[in-house]
Amino acid sequence: MNSEELQQIAEAVRLEHEKYDYEINVCMGAGCLAQHSDKFKDALAKEVESSGKRCHVRSAGCLGLCAAGPLALVDPIEVRYGHLRESDAKEVIASLGGKPVERLEMHLENYFQGQQHVVLENCGRIDPEKIEEYISRGGYEALLKALTEMDPQGVIDQIAKSGLRGRGGGGYPTGLKWGTVAKAVGSPKYVICNGDEGDPGAFMDRSVLEGDPQRVIEGMVIAAYAVGATKGYIYVRAEYPLAVSRFSASLREARRHGFLGANICGTPLLFDIEIRLGAGAFVCGEETALIASIEGKRGTPRTRPPYPAVSGLWNCPTLINNVETFANVAPILRNGAEWFAGMGTAHSKGTKVFALTGKITNTGLVEIPMGMPLREIIFSIGGGVPDGHKFKAVQTGGPSGGCLPEEHLDLNISYDALIGAGSMMGSGGMIVMDDTSCMVNVARFFVEFCMTESCGKCIPCRAGTAQMFGLLSKICNGEASHQDLDLLIDLCDVVKNTSLCGLGQTAPNPVLSTLRYFRDEYLEHIDHHRCPAGVCACNARTPKAELAEVTV
Amino acid sequence: MSKTRLATAWLDGCSGCHMSFLDMDERLIELSGAFDLVYSPLVDFKTFPEAVDITLVEGAVSTTDDVEKIHLIRARTRLLVAMGDCAVTGNVPAMRNAFGPDAVLRRAYFENADLQQQTPLVVVPKLLDKVRPVHEYVSVDLYLPGCPPSAATFHAVLTELLANRMPDVASLTRFGA
Amino acid sequence: MSASVDVKTLVIDGVDVSARQDQTVLDVARENNIFIPTLCHLEGLSEVGACRLCLVEIKGSPKLFPACVLKVEEGMEVITHSERLLHYRQTILELLFAERNHVCAVCVANGNCELQTIAQSQRLTHVRLPYRNPKLPVDLSHERFAADHNRCILCTRCVRVCAEIEGAHVWDVMGRGIDSMVITDLNDPWGSSSCTRCGKCVQVCPTGALFDKSKVGVSHPKSPEFLPYLNLMREEQ
Repeated sequence: MNSEELQQIAEAVRLEHEKYDYEINVCMGAGCLAQHSDKFKDALAKEVESSGKRCHVRSAGCLGLCAAGPLALVDPIEVRYGHLRESDAKEVIASLGGKPVERLEMHLENYFQGQQHVVLENCGRIDPEKIEEYISRGGYEALLKALTEMDPQGVIDQIAKSGLRGRGGGGYPTGLKWGTVAKAVGSPKYVICNGDEGDPGAFMDRSVLEGDPQRVIEGMVIAAYAVGATKGYIYVRAEYPLAVSRFSASLREARRHGFLGANICGTPLLFDIEIRLGAGAFVCGEETALIASIEGKRGTPRTRPPYPAVSGLWNCPTLINNVETFANVAPILRNGAEWFAGMGTAHSKGTKVFALTGKITNTGLVEIPMGMPLREIIFSIGGGVPDGHKFKAVQTGGPSGGCLPEEHLDLNISYDALIGAGSMMGSGGMIVMDDTSCMVNVARFFVEFCMTESCGKCIPCRAGTAQMFGLLSKICNGEASHQDLDLLIDLCDVVKNTSLCGLGQTAPNPVLSTLRYFRDEYLEHIDHHRCPAGVCACNARTPKAELAEVTV
Repeated sequence: MSKTRLATAWLDGCSGCHMSFLDMDERLIELSGAFDLVYSPLVDFKTFPEAVDITLVEGAVSTTDDVEKIHLIRARTRLLVAMGDCAVTGNVPAMRNAFGPDAVLRRAYFENADLQQQTPLVVVPKLLDKVRPVHEYVSVDLYLPGCPPSAATFHAVLTELLANRMPDVASLTRFGA
Repeated sequence: MSASVDVKTLVIDGVDVSARQDQTVLDVARENNIFIPTLCHLEGLSEVGACRLCLVEIKGSPKLFPACVLKVEEGMEVITHSERLLHYRQTILELLFAERNHVCAVCVANGNCELQTIAQSQRLTHVRLPYRNPKLPVDLSHERFAADHNRCILCTRCVRVCAEIEGAHVWDVMGRGIDSMVITDLNDPWGSSSCTRCGKCVQVCPTGALFDKSKVGVSHPKSPEFLPYLNLMREEQ
C-alpha cells in the first residue's frame, strides 16, 4: 500500500458516494442497536428500493446522543432524527427532497456547539466495518507519512510535542512513555491497547471501538513503528461483543490491505495485533493486572517498578495505552503536533471524550476541547438536569473519582484542575446527580463497586474497602455514630496510602470528595437518622431502639 | 488518701480472667491495701455502686442483660478496663457469630436436653444476634488482651493503675496470651 | 564515592549503612538489625508486596514504598519507623484480625503465630473495626495436614512455596476481593488433590491456617528457615 493506492481507494469511495443524493447514517452502536436500530435500517433500505430515491443507507457508529436512540443522520442536509421506529422509515424516505419529518427531527444546536470532534471525527459518518470508508476520510495517511517520511524518533517527538497525555485516567505524557519503551533494552517489544473500560457509566472506548475501529489500529501500528514493537494486543472486555466482532473484522480488513502483518505498506515493518478478552474483572484495567491476564495468569496487579515500559508482557518492554490515546495518534501525525497542542490548556492538550450519564437531558457521548468549564458541558451541551430538578453534583473519574458540587462547575476541565478539586479525569465517565441523589449513598455505591472489584491481593484494599462499605451502610441506615465517621475517615487515609495499586489507592476518593463537599448530608444521617434526599431507609434501628426491642 | 474504689464485672466469659486475677495470690494481699473491692462476682454485692474508680470487665457482650450492665458500669466508672480477650475481641463467645444464636439455643436446650426441651423465656436473658467486644458498646480506657492475662500481667497493671499511671500493656501481654 | 559500583550507601533511620546494589531496603535493614514487620515476605520465595506492613517512608517523597521490593539507591534516606507508619501498620493488622476468625485462644498456632507476634510488636491491644465473623470452612480431608480458612491471611506463601520450591503448584487463589480463598487444585479437597505431602506449605504458613494434625493440642512452631538453604543447595548443583 502506498499513497497512490490509498488515494485510489478514497477516490473509489467518492465515486460511489456520488451516485447518491442522500446518505442516511443509522447508528449501529450498542445503545441504538438495543433499541432495534438494525430493524429501522432494514426498513429504510427497503423503502429506498421501492421509492427509487438515490439514497445510501449506512450502518454507522455512535452518533452521540444515546438518550434519543435509535438515531440517524441524513447527509448532506445534516438532519438528525431520534427515537426512530421501524414504522418511521417510510416517512423519512418520503421526506427526502422536501421538508424533514418534524415529528422525528432533533434540534441539537446546543449539543453540538462547543463540541470538537477529533477522536469521534468519523464516528457515525462511516461504516466501521468498511476500511475503504475510513481511508476515504484520511485514514492511514498518518501511518504512511510516519513510515515514509519520519523515523521512529521523529514520530515520538511529534507525539511528545503535541502534549498528548494518557486518556485512560492517569494522564501520563504519551510521548514520554513511547520514548521509554523505544529506549528500553529487550526484545521483542509489545504494544497493548487497553480497552478494558470498566468504570460505571463510561462507554467512550466502546463507542470508538464500535464506530471507528481502524483508527485504533492505525494508532497502534504507528506506535509499534515508533517503539520498535512486533506484536500487539488489544484487551477488550468480553461484555463488549459488538466492539470485539467489529474490531476483529477490522483487523482482517487491515491485514488484507497490508496495514498489519509483514512488510506493512511495503516497508520492513512487521506488526500484528491479537484480541484478548477480559473476563469481567475491573482491576484488569490496571496495566500490570492486564498484562498478567494476557499472560494467562490471575489478573492481579504487581508492584511497580519495574514499569511495563521496561519490563511488561513476558518481562519484555511493553507500551500500554488506552483506546482513546491511540485514537488520537493518527490525527496528530496527519495535522501536526502544533495543531493538537493548539487545543486545550497549558498542560492538558487536545480534546476529551466524555460519556454523559445520570440525571442529564442529553445522555450520550460528547467530545470537547480540554479547558471547557464543567458548567458548559453539563448545562449547555448536556442540556442540564431534566424534570425541573436541581443539579447537585457531578461525578467524574469513575469509582476512583470524586463528586464535585455546584460551586466547582466553573472549573475548566483538565487533568490537574480535576485532581485539585478532589476528583480526577479518569477515562471519561461523567455522572450527573440531582437533588434526588443522596451523596452518602452515592459514595456507598462506588465503594461497594471497588469492594467487589478488589482483586484481594493486598490487605488494605481487600479488607479496607469491605470495612468502609460496612461503615457507609451503617451511616446510610442511620445507625452510625460520630466515632464511626472518624473511623471511616481514618480508613480512607489508610487505604489510600497503603494499597498496592491504583484501584485501592483511589477507592476512598468518592468518600473523601463527598465528605469534603457534602459533609452535612453525612451528619444528617448520623445526628438525625434522616436522609435529606429521601433515598436511604434510615428509619433507624438506633442502638437504643435495638435495646428496647430485645429487652424481655 | 482514700483507697481506690475497684470493681470487677463478668459478662460473657469463662471466668478464667477472674481466676487469673486470683492467681496473684499473696500479691493480691499486698495490693489490697490500696483499694476497696466495691463490686465483683468474687464478693457479695448485689448492685453496681456509684462512683467506681476502676472497673475490670471480663467477657464479651452477648445478651440484652450484658448490654444493660455494661452501660450502667460505664456510667458509674471512671476508668474502664476491658479484661481479657473476650472483652477485648469477643474471643470464644463470638465464635457463634458465624452461625447465630438460634443454633446455640438449639444445641443447648434441645439437642443436649433429655427433659423439658424448650427455649427458656424467663431468667435467661435474650441472646443478641452477634457477640461483640465491650468497646463496640461503650468507650474503653484500657485494653488488657490475653486468654487469660497472666497473674503477673494483672499485678503489673494494677500496680500501675493504683499508682495513677497507665501501664504499658503491649509489653506485658497479647491476644491469646 | 569510591570507584566500586556495586556498593551503595544509604541512611536507614538515621544510620549510615552500605549495601550491594541488588539488595532491597528490607534486606539491608535486617542485616543491620533494623526490624521492619512483614507477613507475605519470606526469604527464599518471590516477593509479592501484598501485606503492606513493610511500607517505609523515603525522604523527599510523599509516597510510601514496600521495603521488600524497594531496591537500594545511593544516598536514599529511609525511615522505617514513624507515628504515621505505626498507625498504618496497626490499622492493617486490625483489618486482618477483623477480616476472618482469628481466635488466638483456641488456635493451634497460639504462641507460634507471626500475625500474633507482629501485632504485639506494633503495640496493638485491640481492634477498632467491627469483626466480620464470616463463616468459613475447615478442610480436614488431608491425612496429615489441615487448612483452617478462618485463620488465613492470604499472604500466598503456601501458593508460592508449592509452585516455586516444590514445583507442584497445588495451591492457588480463588475468588476476588474479600471473598478470596486459597484452594488446592481446582478447589478440590486437599486430601484428594495432587498434593505431594511435602508439608512445605505448612511450615511457611505464618498463622494457624495450615497445620499439622498431629500438633493439635501441643505446641506447633513452624520452621520456614529451610528455604534459603534449599535454594542455596539448588544453586550449587
